[in-house]
This record gives sequence, structure tokens and C-alpha cells, in this order.
Amino acid sequence: MAEPTPSLAPARPPTGPRVWNNPRARAIIYQVLVLGGVIGAAAYLIDNTLTNLAERSIRSGFSFIWHEAGFAISEALIDYQPNHSYVRAFIAGLLNTLKVGLLGIVLVTILGIIIGIARLSTNWLVARLASVYVETFRNVPLLLQLYLWYSLLTEMLPGGRDALSLFTAFYLNKSGLMYPVPVYDGIHPFMIVAFLIGCVGAYAWGRYATRRHEATGVPTPRFWPSVGFVLGLPLVVWLIGGAPTAIDVPQMERFRFVGGWHVSIEFIALLLGLVVYTGAFVAETVRAGILSVSRGQTEAALSLGLRRGLVLRLVLLPQALRVIMPPLTSQYLNLMKNSSLAVAIGYPDLVAVANTTLNQTGQAIEAIAVIMAVYLTISLAISGFMNWYNKRVALVER
Amino acid sequence: MINLAERRAASGPVIQMAGVNKWYGEFHVLKNINLEVRSGERVVVCGPSGSGKSTMIRCINRLEEHQKGRIVVDGIELIADLKQIDAVRREIGMVFQHFNLFPHMTVLENLTLAPMWVRNTPRKEAEDAAMAYLERVKIPEQAHKFPGQLSGGQQQRVAIARSLCMKPKIMLFDEPTSALDPEMIKEVLDVMIELAQGGMTMICVTHEMGFARTVADSMVFMDGGEIVEKAPPTEFFKNPKSERTKLFLSQILH
Repeated sequence: MAEPTPSLAPARPPTGPRVWNNPRARAIIYQVLVLGGVIGAAAYLIDNTLTNLAERSIRSGFSFIWHEAGFAISEALIDYQPNHSYVRAFIAGLLNTLKVGLLGIVLVTILGIIIGIARLSTNWLVARLASVYVETFRNVPLLLQLYLWYSLLTEMLPGGRDALSLFTAFYLNKSGLMYPVPVYDGIHPFMIVAFLIGCVGAYAWGRYATRRHEATGVPTPRFWPSVGFVLGLPLVVWLIGGAPTAIDVPQMERFRFVGGWHVSIEFIALLLGLVVYTGAFVAETVRAGILSVSRGQTEAALSLGLRRGLVLRLVLLPQALRVIMPPLTSQYLNLMKNSSLAVAIGYPDLVAVANTTLNQTGQAIEAIAVIMAVYLTISLAISGFMNWYNKRVALVER
Repeated sequence: MINLAERRAASGPVIQMAGVNKWYGEFHVLKNINLEVRSGERVVVCGPSGSGKSTMIRCINRLEEHQKGRIVVDGIELIADLKQIDAVRREIGMVFQHFNLFPHMTVLENLTLAPMWVRNTPRKEAEDAAMAYLERVKIPEQAHKFPGQLSGGQQQRVAIARSLCMKPKIMLFDEPTSALDPEMIKEVLDVMIELAQGGMTMICVTHEMGFARTVADSMVFMDGGEIVEKAPPTEFFKNPKSERTKLFLSQILH
């Protein structure tokens, strides 16, 4: 027997849906409105700016960068004099930013890993100290910490000839750290080449070790042979080059130190501040990553007879890294961008140079555009690299 | 199965626990545990939760440290010596309630990891052996998948195969079916029964009394950190001696 067709409730008289009640039409209307708003606001700002610049007869455009800068930069990695152009000043500032940023990233990684692991230590004192460090330094504003380090260093350290000395080769005073460097020798460039070849060699050795292990079952050592390649090759080249041992040691003369190399107290304070502050965040990231791997993973690996080192390397780290990498990228970016606070303690980074330029030329928009473009480029480069690396260590689970 | 009596007579104890005690702070988890397991013997440990069953078998491969008494496994005493502990762990396979497969490796990589890094087996050989064990647990077609793609029952069978790849003398099972959906329990128990019939020395913490009746040589009942009763299954189920055992059995057997 056929089921009777269920009767529908009487429909409302068809009025035809209104356009703005159609979800798709509504989405398009919203997008058009937002886009129109953005274009309108941008047009207003640009027009307003151009009109104002014209009224005050301020020059615009980037031609000023070729003019003579006329101001000095207290420290630079390239040769820079006040009679050089603005563009050269910008480059000197950029290199100073990169110097503190890249060195900071390396140091913060080491510090963060140590503190992160220390906070998980079963040793009560070690874990407590690490906690105190993290809670103190991540909860005090960075600018304040920079002032603290800078005033600590400049107040506490002796001045001029009374510099603290280590092995009568390293000197630390109010103006900075003086340290010895080898006197340039013709063999040094070859040592750098040897170092690079050693890195390639270490990588090749790693691949060979894996293949040999898979083929014969004998686990092949990686660490010491790699160290041998990376450090040994330059050493051999150095010996072949007659082992030049001349070292340029800073010497105290009547009024100042000569010889050796020098980093300023501003640089030290900035680096210290950035590393100590960001290190607290990195430590938490590392701790979270390790804790994210369940205890059962360690137990399973141990019960298979794997030694603790192998458990860490083969089971724990690969799983912890995928949790650590994305927030670690953010911390690297933070460190790089926070280095712009250098201006507060007088380290001549890009922002400091741009500020001076802005004051001298009045071309605020251009100067700020340069800063923004540079930081954007650096940040995109870092996150690009980290994303690439993250993909490599990312956990494939399904 | 046939030569059980002979096999038992021929071999001495492979696991000896004598006067083992353990505390978590003030809490006395294991109280004077004495247990001997002969080679080829299948022991099923049961008891209410919190009675120390898991802790006891975890002491046997030193995932937990005992504070008093002696544990000797296959002639090696478990003392604070990493070499000795690793040697014991190589001889003991362990299967966990939550499988604990390595999620970042394929099934095959899970199985070959320990043979390659602990036994120094070449990859090809380790993979062939692993495939043979996957056949035994009836999932060779899953070899190249990741654990996350498998059902609970399949994951537990992979975990058993992973332990077997190390060719252990003893297998410990810590509630291997407790985290499984009911329809998957059988496939895991079948594998365990087959293993038992092959003569493996086994200690199982489980509440699967049907399994216990089928394979166990002896039942151990624990309560409050002590071994209350140890008896062959027929006796254990028919005439439990202690009141606590009777109460426990009345609660789990309907």
C-alpha cells in the first residue's frame, strides 16, 4: 500500500526574497563596502599628505638619499664618515641592526634551551632559579630593562684606564669591551673557505653515516667526525699556512686603548637586554614543547631498550620541535623588531639613523617608509626561513 | 601446550621478585612482593584499581624503581646501573594501555627503530623481520601508514609487533585492552592467545577473565599493594581462598 504523501504546511504567500537576505549577495555587498571604505580612506590620506607637503613646501621623493649625511655614527661595520651619503648611513645602521639581531637570535636560542630544560629539572634549586628568571624578566617591560642594563653598566664599570682586565687581553670599561683579534694573514681567507668546505663535509658525513647504519646495522658516530670536519679542516689549513700566531692585543696607552677590536657599551647593553628578555619567552616555548610529548613516549622507547640519548634524539626531539618551531619564529621576530629600542640607549641602529635623517631633512614619510620596508623584509626573511625549516621537522601523522 | 609440565620442570625462574617494597612519598604502593615466574609461564595479574598491579610489572623493566628487596630478571639483577637496566629492557617487551606508538614514524619505522638502533640490525633485515611480525598480527597492509591512521585495535597489535621485533624473552602487558572499544578487544586478545600458545613468558595485567581462563598458568590477585593470592586459574576461579578475592571476583564476574 502506498504511503499517503505527507501534506506540507501551507507556504506563506511568495513575496520574493529581498536581496540583502540572500547570504551570497550579502557577502558581496559587505566586501564591496569594505573595499570602497579602504580605498576611500587611503585616497583621503594620500591626498591630504600631498596637499600638506605642498603647502609647507616640503620636498618629497627619495633623491635626498644621495646627499651628504653630515652626521657621525659612533660605530659602524663599514667605513662611514659624515661626508658620506645618507644611503651609506642607512646601510651602516642596517648592519648594526643585523649585528645585534642575528647575534641575539643565536644567543637567545642557547639561553632559552638551557633555561627551558632547567625549569623541568628534578633538581629543586635549578628548577626554582629558572622559574624566578623567567617570571622576572618576561614580566618587566623591555624598555625598562634596557635602561637598567645601560645604567648598570655605565654606572658600575670603571672608566678609561681603570678598565677591568682579563688575561691582560680583554678590557671592559664604561666605553665598551676591547678584545684581541688575530693579525690579518694571507691564510685567513683560505681558512674561511676550509670552514665552509668542512660544513659541507660534515653534512655529507651525516648522510654517509645514515646509509652505513642502514646497510650494515652498525651505528656510525656523527658528532665527533662532524666536529673534525668543521674545525679540523681550517686548523689543517692554518698549520699549512705556517701557523701564524700574531695577535693584535688591545694596549693601554696614555689616554685610551689602541689595538684589538672594540664593541660599545651600548651594543653590550642592548644585546644583554634583548637576549635576557626574549630568552625568558624562548625558555617557556622550549618547556612547552618538551612537555607536549607524553610520558608514555619516553616509557615506550626506554622499554624497547633504547639509551636515553637516543630516546631524546629519535623520539622526543622530533615531536617537541614541531611544537617549538612556530612560537620560536615569533620570538626571533620579536627580538629583531625590539632591537629598534636601541634608539633609547644611543646604539646607532637603523631607527636611530633614520631618526637623525628625518630631523635633518624633514622627510619623515620617506625615512619611516625605509624603516618599515627594512623591518618588513628582515621579518619576512626570518619567517620564510623558519617556515621552510618548520615544514622539514613538521610531524606527519596521517 | 602439550609439554607444559616438562617445560616448567626444565626451566628455573626467569623473573624473581623477593621482598620488593616501593613507596610514593608516604604512600606504600608495593608491600613485600614475592613472585617467581618460570620461563614459559603465563601469569595474569588482576585486582581492583590502585592495588599496585601496574606498578609491580613496571618495576620488572625498571620504568619504576623499587626501594627495597631484589628483582632478578634472566639472571640480571636490577640495580642502579644503566648498563644492567638496558640489558634487562632488551629482554623484556612491554605493551601499554595507550599503545604509545611513535606518531611521527610509520608503522614499519616504529617496528624497525629498536632493532636498528639497539640490536644493530641492517635496515633491510629489520624490515623483513618487521613485515613477518606484521603478518603475525594480521596487518601487513598497514606497514606504510602512520599510527594516527589506524584504529585502536590495529594500533595495539602494532605495539605488540613492535615489542616482538626485539625478540624478547618476556612480554609484559599493562591493561592492553582497557583503552579499546569492545569490538576491537577480541582482535588484540587473539594475538595475545597466539603468542601464549607459542610459549612466550608473559605477565598480563588485565580484567579479561575469559582470556585468563584460556591462557593463564597462574592467577595473581593483588589488593592494597600486596599479592593476596596466587593460584592456577581453575582453583582461583572455583575456590578462591581469601575473602578479598571472593569479593573481587563476585564484582567482575556476573
